[in-house]
Order: sequence, then C-alpha cells, then structure tokens
Amino acid sequence: MVSSRGNRGLAKTLDWHIIICYLLLIFIGWLNIYASVHSSEPTSIFDWSCRSGKQFIWFLTSVGLASVILFVINPRAYEGLSFVFYLLMIGLLVAVIFLGVEVKGSRSWFAFGPVRFQPAEFSKITTSLLLATVMSQLGYRITRIKDFFVTALIILIPMLIIVLQSETGSALVYVGFIFVLYREGLSGWFIVLTGMAILLFITTLTSSAYTALLVLFVLTTLCDSLYTGKMKRWLLIRFPVALFLIFVPMILQWLESFESLPAFVSQINPAYVVVAVVALMIPFVTYKAFRERRIFTHLATISMIAGALLVFSTQFIFNDVLQDHQRKRIEVLLGMKEDPSGVGYNVNQSMIAIGSGGAFGKGYLQGTQTAFGFVPEQSTDFIFCTIGEEWGFVGASLLILLYAYLIFRIIKDAERSREAFTRIYGYCVASCIFMHLFINIGMTIGLMPVIGIPLPLVSYGGSSLWGFTIMIFIFVALDRNERKYF
Amino acid sequence: MQLDRKNKLLIGLGAVVAILVAKLFSIQILNDDYKDASLSNSMIRTTIYPTRGIIHDRNGNILVGNKIAYDLMVTPAEVEEFDTLALAKILGKEPEFIHEKMAEYKKRRRSIGFQSVAMIKHMTPEEYLRFDEVKYRFPGFSGQARSIREYPFNAGGNLLGYVSEVDADFIAKHKDEYKSGDYAGKTGIEAAREKELRGEKGYNIYLRNSRNKIESPYRNGEMDKEAKAGNDITTTIDAPLQHYGQELMKNKVGSLVAIEPSTGEILAMISSPGIDVDMLADIGKHYGEIASNPYKPMFNRAVQAPYPPGSVFKLVNGLIGLQEGVFTPSTRYSCSMGYHFGRNKLGCHSHKSPIDFEESIMMSCNAYYCNVFRAILENDRYKDIGEAMDQWNRYVKSFGFGRKLGSDFPAELGGFIPDARYYDRFYRKGGWKATTVISLSIGQGEIGCTPLHLANFCAILANRGWYYIPHIVKDSKAVKIDPKYKEKQYTLVDTTHFPKVIKGMWRAVNSGFGSGGTASIAAVKGLDICGKTGTAQNPHGDDNSVFICFAPADNPKIAVAAYIENGGFGARWAAPLASLLVEKYLNGEISEERKPLERRMMDGYLLDKVKVKK
Repeated sequence: MVSSRGNRGLAKTLDWHIIICYLLLIFIGWLNIYASVHSSEPTSIFDWSCRSGKQFIWFLTSVGLASVILFVINPRAYEGLSFVFYLLMIGLLVAVIFLGVEVKGSRSWFAFGPVRFQPAEFSKITTSLLLATVMSQLGYRITRIKDFFVTALIILIPMLIIVLQSETGSALVYVGFIFVLYREGLSGWFIVLTGMAILLFITTLTSSAYTALLVLFVLTTLCDSLYTGKMKRWLLIRFPVALFLIFVPMILQWLESFESLPAFVSQINPAYVVVAVVALMIPFVTYKAFRERRIFTHLATISMIAGALLVFSTQFIFNDVLQDHQRKRIEVLLGMKEDPSGVGYNVNQSMIAIGSGGAFGKGYLQGTQTAFGFVPEQSTDFIFCTIGEEWGFVGASLLILLYAYLIFRIIKDAERSREAFTRIYGYCVASCIFMHLFINIGMTIGLMPVIGIPLPLVSYGGSSLWGFTIMIFIFVALDRNERKYF
Repeated sequence: MQLDRKNKLLIGLGAVVAILVAKLFSIQILNDDYKDASLSNSMIRTTIYPTRGIIHDRNGNILVGNKIAYDLMVTPAEVEEFDTLALAKILGKEPEFIHEKMAEYKKRRRSIGFQSVAMIKHMTPEEYLRFDEVKYRFPGFSGQARSIREYPFNAGGNLLGYVSEVDADFIAKHKDEYKSGDYAGKTGIEAAREKELRGEKGYNIYLRNSRNKIESPYRNGEMDKEAKAGNDITTTIDAPLQHYGQELMKNKVGSLVAIEPSTGEILAMISSPGIDVDMLADIGKHYGEIASNPYKPMFNRAVQAPYPPGSVFKLVNGLIGLQEGVFTPSTRYSCSMGYHFGRNKLGCHSHKSPIDFEESIMMSCNAYYCNVFRAILENDRYKDIGEAMDQWNRYVKSFGFGRKLGSDFPAELGGFIPDARYYDRFYRKGGWKATTVISLSIGQGEIGCTPLHLANFCAILANRGWYYIPHIVKDSKAVKIDPKYKEKQYTLVDTTHFPKVIKGMWRAVNSGFGSGGTASIAAVKGLDICGKTGTAQNPHGDDNSVFICFAPADNPKIAVAAYIENGGFGARWAAPLASLLVEKYLNGEISEERKPLERRMMDGYLLDKVKVKK
C-alpha cells in the first residue's frame, strides 16, 4: 500500500465537503431531537436517558464506525465481498419476518434486549454494493435483456421482502435505483414509464378510473406530438377531444335531466366513454402512422393501451381481489381515508407546526406545536416539523439545500471517479439519500402520503444513523482510495 | 454545459428541491391558515362557569340558591417535590389519600398530559382558604371556584331535582352543548328548565409558551367572553305549605298534591318518602343510599304512580250520568248492603236506603253508582255497549284522566282508562256486558291515575267544569311558559250539573258525626271544605286511603288530593291530612281543637304496612 507517489495525507484525500455536510446534518438532528423531547423530558441535552443523549451515543459510535471504514478496511475488498454481503442480508431480511418483533404493524426489527436493529436500513448498502459490482463488470450492458434482468432482480428481491415486512416506505426507496440505471445507460423512457405507471396507479385509487384514463390520454398524445414535432395537430384535433372528454361527466349529468331518454344513459360510466373515443381514434392514428412511418406513434399507442389495462386491472384488483384489511392499508398509505386521529391527523398537525414557523421560526426550543406533543413521531419521522417550526422557512430551506449539496457533491465525486464501481456505488448513495429526503419531507408538508421513513442523519434512531454512516463512508473511502493515487 | 445524463439528473434534483422549497414557502409564508390553527393549539381557554339561575317559590322565598365551593385542581406535569404530610394535614386528609392520587396521576400521565384534574371536589370556602394561604409551597396545585347549589328551605326535594356533573352518555346525547366537567340538572325542575337555568359559559384566552407557562392574555383579553348567569325561575310552589306537607307525610307512603284551581298552579306536591334537600346538595355522596332505599325516594309518586282512584271516581260517573240524562239528581236507588246482579254482589256498607244523588255522595254508596254506571252503558241511544263505553271513555278523558295532562313536570305518567277495544280484546267482542266491568263504577278495576290526575279533577270540581293544565313554573319576564297553561280546558260535562255534586261533597264533610257523612273528620270551622273520600283496594295489603277536597266551597282557593298507600279508609288518613293542608294554607295555622289530630297525623307510622321488595 505504501507508495512514494501516492498516499497523500488525510487532509488532501478525504472529501471534506461530504464529511462537513455529514457532521452538520447530525448536529442539526441532535439539536432538534432535543427540542422535540425537552418539554416532556426536561433534562440536559446530554442526559443519556433521553433521546438526544442516546442520539449522541449513536453519533459517537458512528464516528468509530466511520474510522474503521476509513482506516481499517481496504476499500478493494467490497467488490469481492459484495455478493456474500448481499446473500447474508437477504437471509437477515427473511429471518426478521419470523424472528423479529412487531413494531407498529410491521415485522422489521430484531430486538436484542433494549437495543433494536432494523436490517432494512442496511440492505440498501449491500444492494448498492452488489449493483456496483455487477454493473461495473467488463462487457455489462444494461440494454442487453439478460443484464437488465439480473440488475432488476438484484433490486427487486430485497424490495419485495421488505414489502412483505410491511415496511412499504423502505421498499419505496429502492425505486430510486432507477436513476442509477438511467445514468448507466437505461433508456430515459423507463423513468417516464415507471413514473406514468405510479401516477396512473395512484390516480385510479385516489380519484377514479375515468380521471386516470384522461391523464393517460393527455400525456400519451402530448408526448407523441412533442416527439414527432406536430404540435399543431395536437392542438387542432387531440386537444379538443381531450376537452370533450373532460366534460363527459357533466354532459352525462345534463342528459340525465331529460326524462324521455332511456334509463341506461344514467348508468354510463364516463371511463367507458373515454375508452370508446380512444378505440375509435386508434385505427385512424395507426393508419396515418404507417403511412408516415412514425414508429414512436405506435409505441405511444401501445403504451396507451397498456396504461388503460393497468388502470382497469388496478381497479379490479383493488375492489374485487384484495381483502378488506389489505385495501385499508393501501387507502391509509395513500391518505384516502380521513382519519383524524390516524394518518390524516398527523399530516395536518405537521403542516400546522411547519406553517406556524413563518419566515424565521419561533426560535430554538420555543416551538409550541412540537413541544405539546401535537405532532406524533416528532423525533423520528416527523423531525422536520420541529425544524420548520423553530427555524422557519429560512432554516428549513437551508436544510434542504444542505441535503441537495451533499447529493450534488456525491454525484460530482462519482462522476470524477475513474472506476465504474465507485461511480455506480456513488450514484446508489445519492439516490437513496434523495429518495429519503423527498419522501420524508414531502410527507411532512403534505406532498406525499404518510410513509414512515426517517430523514437521513437527522431523525432519531441508531439503525438509520449507522446505516447512512456506513453507506456514506464506504463511498468516502472508495473516493479517497482513488485520490491517494491520482 | 452539455445535457448529458448526469446533468439531466442534477436538473431533476434541482427541480425536486425547488418543489419542496416552493411548498414550504406556500405553507410558511403565503398561507395564514396554518398559523391560526397553530395559535389555537397554543392558546389556553380557561372556562368561566356561570352561576346557575335561582329557583324561587311563589312568594319570593329562595328554594334553590347558590354558594361557592372550590375544587382542588392538580396539574401533574407542573407538580414538583412537595411535603405530602403537610399538604394532607392542611387538606384534612390522610397522607395515603395524597399518595394514592399522585400514583394514579402518574399512571395516567399520558392521557392527562398538560391538563389539570380535580383532586378534591366541593371543598367549603373555609377548607379551601387554609390551603390558599400556603399555596405557594405546592406548585401545580390550584383552586377552581365553582358555584354549587344551596337549599335554604327544606321543601320540594323531588320537585327541584338535583344537579350533577355530566357523564359521557349525557355529553354524547347533547353534542356541542356540554363538555366534561360541566354540570347539568338531572331530575325535576333542574332538568326540565335546564336551558334557562344553566346560563352561558364564558372563557379567558391566554397564550402559552413552549413550556406550557401562561405568558399573557390573548389580545389583551378582547376576545374573552364573560359568563352569563342563568335565568332565575319562579315556581308556583308555596314553600311553607310544601314544607308542612312534607312534615305531614313523614313515615307514610303516598302523595299530597295541592293546586290553585283558578290558575292551575301547583301549590305543593309531596311524594313520600322523598329526597331531602340536604341530600340533593351532595347527591354523589347519598346516591347509593337513595338508590338502595326500598321505598324508592327517587320515584315521584305524585306524577308517576298509577293508582286506582277508588270511590272518588264515583263523582266522575255521576257527572257523566247527569250529562247523558240517564238519571236525575232526585233519582233514588235502594241499597241492601250492596248491589246484586245474578248470583253476584258488589258489597256496600250499612246506611239508610233508598237515597238520592246528594246523599249517595255524602255516604259514598256503591250500589247507587252501579245503577248509574249500568244506565250509562246500557243507554238505548248507542247501538251497543261498545259505543256507550267509548262515549264514557271520551267523557272521562275530558277530565284529564287516562292521558298525560301536559304539565311542565318531566316524566309525567298518562295513566289508563279502558275503552271498548280493550275489553273486546280481553273478553272478545260481545263477550262482556255492563256487569262484567261494574267495578269501574266505583273507581276500581282497570283504571290507573296519578295523584296529580286526582288533584286536577278536584280543581275541575272547584271550578265547576274547567281547568288550567297544572304547572309548576310561573310566567316571568326571563322565563316564559307555554301559552297552553293559560288556556281554559273544558270537560264534556255542562257546568249546570256541578252544583249538585258539590253540595254532596259539602255534606260529606260538614254534616257532622253520626249523620252518615263519610268525611266529617275533614271539617274545619269556617272553611266550607267540600270533599270526597275513597278507599281503593290494594292487592298488596291494606286498602289505600284516598281523599280529594277543595275549599272554600264558593270561590275555591285550593284543591287537594291525598293518596296514602295502605292507609285503610279514606277518612282514616287521607281526609285528615288533606284537610290539615287546606287549613294551613287558608288559615296559616292549625286551630287549637285540631292540634291533637295534627299531632296524631305527624306521628303516624305506616311504613311497616307497605310491602316492599327488599
């Protein structure tokens, strides 16, 4: 290892930007954990019977972990060990379903006396490592069907097991790996289609099949016209059709007022009107596309049909196949059920807390919403409320920017790396932090349904803090390993 | 900068960050909704409880007033280490009491949170003041003043009803009106007039900081609301009369009801055994005792007990017979120790025979009314006995019997008067005749009426054919009563038929001993009391003693019904009791010659005659 050319000093080889971001986030988290518990447990911030004190201990152990990763473990080992790690973690994920304790309806925690540990927080790391290993192999091409399937399997296996643990939030983070695949050559349309599918799925459940079909129609025709550059045609033909479809429910209602019309008119589901109109349009569009040899239009048509099938099967499965309790879970997840003491209550209270912060906040330890326990889970999943209330818009925005800078910095380092392994792993880290950030903060300000996942490095909790520490410092170590020599 | 995949992803990152920040901007800076909501979260409203309306009697005496009591409140979240022994001594409690309470609060600390709970309720001002002097030594403890009921006059426990803290059921039934910790009237006038009596709660609004300490009044108190005291109520009750009636009814089971005939106002309404006002003041402590009393003191017999009226009811049948023209006051019927029909006989006591209508009232002859009642039911004017029976039923109901009178007293019982359908169902159609139901003639059989019904009937007699619906709340500026209480209600019997009945009643009381008049014992010199005795069969032991009377005969001021369970003849208990009440009301005192009677009545003990389920 000792080389006269490389092995530059610590100061020069570590990316201090990342490390300072890391320390700042933990510090902010620690202060706000204290703020969120101080009124019910009025003790010193270091009192280790309260949560801020415990978090401080978690932080100290994290520093130990980080040092081990930086100074003891040879970063070259990860590539060789990643498959073993991955298998071990899958074993743990399965074992926790049977051996773990149940916490709030999900079986995802191991309990060793007072210490609890959640394997899902660590499986992101092993998945990232294996992804980086596989995708950095010579000759790997994601566009090749076989490679694509292997990659998809690596992501989907832990994701599905975590869904089985009823930890939907943690599973959702794995969707973020699609950004890694995109960076490594997967067509951008995959992101669009995945986004589309999620959008249709949620619209069907929260609104109606009709709305979902309408969205599908507008988006596919718009994409097609944008791609082929025939905006004029879209405006002249498809836009008026869309407008007509928007007014279908009102037209049906208007027709109902005529008593002379046969009774079946009132039975018409507006979704079927959309299907009928689209079915009428398809032959014309396909014929024209053939003559003008526009492949993309065919793809758009196919995705429209696939989308419609997805909408109807979602509706069918949701209403007729799922059991009551499963349906309820999804409804709660999507915030469809107004439950004042349940999910809806949390979001409302959390938005009130954040909103009451105003521009500059009420000042540290001056928050009233979080202090009186109006916001539940406030030191873990809803820690952002305390920040929003006590530090205001300025503080909350700065925190988001700090995260953005951390992600940007990781991507920058990843891009600069000469090794595919480091680059891919870096993107994995960035994607995970991004998904956590978006889902968690989105949830507290009402942009996302309530999905319980922590805010990285800030939320109270040992598993989460250790998980992100290991994840980030493996990247820092990989990055440093290159800087030593170049 | 070229648009490679890395940059596209970074743009995506930037877009998401922009969305998050924009949403934050909208809820933290643009939108005021969330700020107001948070304010209500951090505002404390302290309730100011209104004083409840005062209940007066008809002469301005206070029946129910208010006094101050204190609840000792604890905010467990603010309690610091304190000297338990000292506190227990100041409060006059055992140290264990404090320990137990504090342990309980600790167990419930999650549900209590920052709220205050009442540790001791209803401390007297003297008890509270001892604590107040050293309050500073016990942070987290405070006193909440509250006005509670006070009863200067021992009169009308059952009528007034009690006030107690609302429970979960009550709150659920009256959504948005009551909160836990509020008090509400549960029975009697307190319940019936709850809306007027309760007043409106007020509140002070304070702002608190993040450590739950009150910082300042919100907007200098301009949003605060004063409590509005409840309206006072004037009742029709005559407090001294009510008190006297209660004294008379001690150790007897039954009821005394007195009505002012010219207004329908209830002067006194006694149900015995009743609830003492001392118990009302602290109903919580006495509730078990009251509920387990075998004589059911909560049961207001005056409006809730269905009794057979007995011979008093003969007057109703007589009036109906006169109106229907099936006999005249001069009609004479003979009586040979009863009325014989077929192989059966309805017995009577020994008196001269034959007699006319007036004498039949005076001597209370059973046979006379069997003849009258039979004539009513076998009237040729109706196509069958069923039609005649229904006509009779309409007459009887016009006297207020067999239906709720519509008084302003809660839980009034309707009673029962049978009609043709009832007997058709019982005996099948055509399976019954006048002799089958002959006991109705003397107020026995399938008749149920309350003492209030009887008192109202007595008022009808006093008024010669009409009545005002009996009521207990007087009209006043603040508390309006239903206009129906000011409408005369007429019976179906003409006024012209009443004087003969009243003459009979006068003779029953005022003919002197030995004349055969049944109620001579009720006679009071100079008062011209008119009365009618009744002796109602009681399947559970001795007969019930019944008496109705009004006085003076011309321009009557008071009509009384007395119903004494297991009291034997009407003249034994009911007549003396009712006449004493009349004498007390009209003369203000009992004459010397009737003092021994008063003494005997007050000392009378009938409780052991009454069979109760233990």
